[in-house]
Amino acid sequence: MEKKKKHIIVTVIGRDEVGIVARIATSLAGQNINIIDINQTILGGELFAMTLLADRVNCSLSLPEITARLKESVEGMALQVTVQDSEVFQYMHRV
Amino acid sequence: MKFSSEEILETVGMIAEDKLDIRTVTLGVSLLDCSDPDPAACARKVRRKILAKAAKLSEKTRFVADEYGLPIINKRISLTPLSLVVPVADPAAFAEVARAVDEAGAELGVDFIGGYTAMIQKGETAIDRALIAAMPGVLATTGRFCASVVLASTRAGINMDGCYAMSRVIKETAARTADRDGIGCAKLVLFANPVEDNPFMAGAFFGTGESESAILVGVSGPGAVRRALQKLGPEADLGQVAETIKKTAFKITRAGELVGRAMADQLGVSFGILDLSLAPTPAEGDSVGQILETMGLAMPGAPGSTAALMMLNDAVKKGGLFASSSVGGLSGAFIPVSEDASMIAAAEAGAITIEKLEAMTSVCSVGLDMIAVPGTTSEETLAAVIADEMAIGCANNKTTAVRIIPAPGKDVGDSVSFGGLLGKAPVMAVSGISADIFVRRGGRIPAPLQALTN
Repeated sequence: MEKKKKHIIVTVIGRDEVGIVARIATSLAGQNINIIDINQTILGGELFAMTLLADRVNCSLSLPEITARLKESVEGMALQVTVQDSEVFQYMHRV
Repeated sequence: MKFSSEEILETVGMIAEDKLDIRTVTLGVSLLDCSDPDPAACARKVRRKILAKAAKLSEKTRFVADEYGLPIINKRISLTPLSLVVPVADPAAFAEVARAVDEAGAELGVDFIGGYTAMIQKGETAIDRALIAAMPGVLATTGRFCASVVLASTRAGINMDGCYAMSRVIKETAARTADRDGIGCAKLVLFANPVEDNPFMAGAFFGTGESESAILVGVSGPGAVRRALQKLGPEADLGQVAETIKKTAFKITRAGELVGRAMADQLGVSFGILDLSLAPTPAEGDSVGQILETMGLAMPGAPGSTAALMMLNDAVKKGGLFASSSVGGLSGAFIPVSEDASMIAAAEAGAITIEKLEAMTSVCSVGLDMIAVPGTTSEETLAAVIADEMAIGCANNKTTAVRIIPAPGKDVGDSVSFGGLLGKAPVMAVSGISADIFVRRGGRIPAPLQALTN
């Protein structure tokens, strides 16, 4: 798709464990996706929640392929990974 | 960050848990250049046009869904009413063209095609009669082609001969698809004041005022509205409830707007309209009836249902209109019985009756939708039920519709099951009080007054 921006939002939610951010960041780096901003917190003392803004302009993979690789990187952990174009959030949350 | 974690998690939750999705991307295709008195040539032209215009519909729908991470459930095509395309008064010609349409749809992998349509609100031409004569056969033998007939409008009144004729078509269609609970009737909608840019089936057709081809998008987010109202809690007053619905509708609509623009861009056609209707599915949580329950009704059909539905429908429009400049189609709340888990439960419990549904349709789109009645219901009674619903649309200057299934061999207490988005419906009781003489009078109910409207 011809687009000026190639920003994606990665969301990771689930049981907290050591090394989640490291694994996701490594996988993104391997796909040549640049992290722009990252928020991470532990909700209610145990639920891991991370939202991450990244640029995929130099990555030739499709969104489902990126999602599959990220899921692979945290395989075995009880985590839900979603990847969406940032335009979805721009549309839904900004007037 | 550009967005707060709360905003991001809200959207992710809407999609993953509340089943926010794009119900349909419908490609409207004009067939006005496919007319030909030779049925074989007409069928060939229609088929060629559909295949050419929608060649990339499936591929691009998948691409856009993947690219944005927004599920798109159905891809559909709506066509110019076939009564304006096949210029011969021969049922066999309509059957032949309909077969070609259905085959083209199968080849393209689309879910439904709409446009087996005639407009007879004021009277029928010989061509309309041929289209209608072939209708039971077409509905029984094609898989995806959906039919609609316009029986009334605010400006023309109600064609009672048409209501009676269509009640016979419904009965015959049910009989011809009796082995599948009369599923043919689930693909047939009768209208008062239809819109010409509706993306939803079975009533979609692409009107004469439309362009060569356009993208029509329908969103589905009743679960997201319900979740927002649950968070609001039972203490909030109705003004706050309306405000919450508006805000949620805005977000849902924006998702549809994004997909509509992307699809139009990908296919190189114009973005026609975005339909705001909250379309339910039988899936748990994807229910308009459950929104009414969250608003404080024990079940849809309870006293207060009409008021609650009016508020919901109005708030959805107010929120949605701000979110998109391309709002069109039906744009209301749908309350189909078989396609909504909460409506099914209410019908099974006897909480909702055809009479209460009829009242509710005066404040929502689109009408008596996906209602199963006993197979023994007479043609006259069916015609009278249809006429009542047409009257509500006519007098209130709005779209109303009837999609009713006289389930062959079934009675109150039984249920019919169609599977998929069409769901299952308990057979509902119809009043046994006769309207036979009224219906048999035939003729036309004159158009209602547009002034002095109290």
